[in-house]
Amino acid sequence: MIQSQKGVQGVVIANSEGIPIKSTLDNSSTVQYAGLIHQLLLKARSTVRDIDPQNDLTFLRVRSKKNEIMIAPDKDYFLIVIQNPSD
Amino acid sequence: MLAVHKQSTRGCCSTLSTMGSHGLVNTERFETESSGVNHTEGGWPKDVDPNEMEQTIRFRKKVEKDEGFMNSIPQLGNIMVHCIQQNNALDIYQEYCTEEDDGDSAEPPSAKTINVFRDPNEVKRTVTCLSWHPDGGKKLAGAYSSLHFQTSHTSLCQDSYIWDIENPNRPELTLKPVSPLVCIEYNPKDPHTLVGGTYSGQIAYWDTRRGSQPVELSSVEHSHRDPVYKIIWLQSKTGTDAFSASTDGQVLWWDVRKLSEPTERLVLDPGREGNLERALGAICLEYEPTMPTKFMVGTEQGVVLSCNRKAKTPAEKLVCTYEGHHGPVHALHRNPFFPKNFLTAGDWAARIWSEDIRDSAIMWTRYQMSYLTDACWSPVRPSVFFTAKMDGVLDVWDILFKQNDPTLSVKVCDEPLYCLRVQDSGRLVACGSQGGSATLLEFCSGLSTLQKNDKTLLAAVSSADRKDVLSFNFYLNLVSDGLDAYNVQQLMTRAEDDFYSVVEAELRRRDEQPQVTEHIKGLE
Repeated sequence: MIQSQKGVQGVVIANSEGIPIKSTLDNSSTVQYAGLIHQLLLKARSTVRDIDPQNDLTFLRVRSKKNEIMIAPDKDYFLIVIQNPSD
Repeated sequence: MLAVHKQSTRGCCSTLSTMGSHGLVNTERFETESSGVNHTEGGWPKDVDPNEMEQTIRFRKKVEKDEGFMNSIPQLGNIMVHCIQQNNALDIYQEYCTEEDDGDSAEPPSAKTINVFRDPNEVKRTVTCLSWHPDGGKKLAGAYSSLHFQTSHTSLCQDSYIWDIENPNRPELTLKPVSPLVCIEYNPKDPHTLVGGTYSGQIAYWDTRRGSQPVELSSVEHSHRDPVYKIIWLQSKTGTDAFSASTDGQVLWWDVRKLSEPTERLVLDPGREGNLERALGAICLEYEPTMPTKFMVGTEQGVVLSCNRKAKTPAEKLVCTYEGHHGPVHALHRNPFFPKNFLTAGDWAARIWSEDIRDSAIMWTRYQMSYLTDACWSPVRPSVFFTAKMDGVLDVWDILFKQNDPTLSVKVCDEPLYCLRVQDSGRLVACGSQGGSATLLEFCSGLSTLQKNDKTLLAAVSSADRKDVLSFNFYLNLVSDGLDAYNVQQLMTRAEDDFYSVVEAELRRRDEQPQVTEHIKGLE
């Protein structure tokens, strides 16, 4: 579904504890992404909440030289998509 | 026996203050170390062992079937798809406007002083000539002498200096000639060697690797009889030829390896008879390495002579003359892009000539407020030239932009400027003053980078037909004079009005006065 979109390199679904549930990448990358992004997500969410307690994080985009990592958080899970834009 | 020591208390002081202690406090050193965090799989519930593949797979499958999972993931998926499609639609990091460098035309021309190199001696001498180091222009050689007629030379230091442009505090090398140097020139082929012309008329040759004393010096009998005003290196196979000019009316050619005698001699006699009595005194030379047989001489009498070195007889060596200056021609420079056109500076104006048109210059600047002492073209922009004046001002002229006024005027110092040299990059200009200081100026990029249309426009200007050019210039000057004349007319009418009104007032007063005198008479 998401994978069929243009430029998508990988999709990882992880739960609120950082355990990868489903992934299209290899195991080591999955674990790495899940673990690292979980930490980033917690920090980002707390940042948004601290600035305005009424606010909440809806989406996080990390743009790097090579690709873009998009993170959609939820109460219990979060979805990570790695896309290579501007082909 | 006991010896009892009496201890007398002598000085005893007491203070009436609370006891305190004074000490230094140092905070504990907090050591920090940056290290990465090792991520291992964590967060697994107690009963699941991360290493066991079966258990992890079972755990995962369980989670997948969880209701919450089934609900939230599609939602997240939708948001995600939206963003992905956004990314695909538009590249937000694309460069939309590549930086176009046409900001130069918008910014006004400017110059800034980078360094000033002052004469270290007590008695300051004039910087009469400057020469840039040919390799990159990191050094500047200056000839210092006093050109005043018959000043006492014994108290005057005779040294000239080579400066490193980064260090204005001390000259890098001192050159010690037998007599003060009036002109100096680096050898474009060998940056270690320099040649200089002295006040006594001799030529000296230095090698910077061999110290301050000249390696070779020409003999007094065979040199010039007047100060050598200009010396230029020639393009030759050996790279050791130079020629010099002086107000004694001669142009001499030298081989620097053997300075005892000049290799060739030319007397600048306009009558073409080689008569030294009638010779014109030369004060500047022009030589273009791409035209090795031709050269030009600027004289004290205001005449520019074009000469051919390879002519058979001395009479034919003086090809033609260009007259137009009212005073000595201090500078002579061919346009590096259009060698047929050359610039001269003398008296109060700078003139641009075309080789083929001998009657007059094709373009000239307005008469300035003070005497012009030097001028040269910019090596990078064909339409830009620099002039140095006696009031200490350095003007930058751009003939494609404005003909009547300089594009930029920089007041360098309060003393007259005597010489000017542009570095090959076209950005740095060194100018020397009467007070012995050589100032280094840097010009903005607008004046020192080639603009697109420069060459074509200038070609159009310089190749114009003679009559058209002369008439155009005449018209141009007339228009500018006309504008002045218009102002004059206004002034005149105003003066006339003032005059008439004063006259009328006086007449009225006279008419009233008889009544007053009668009144006085009546009183008597």
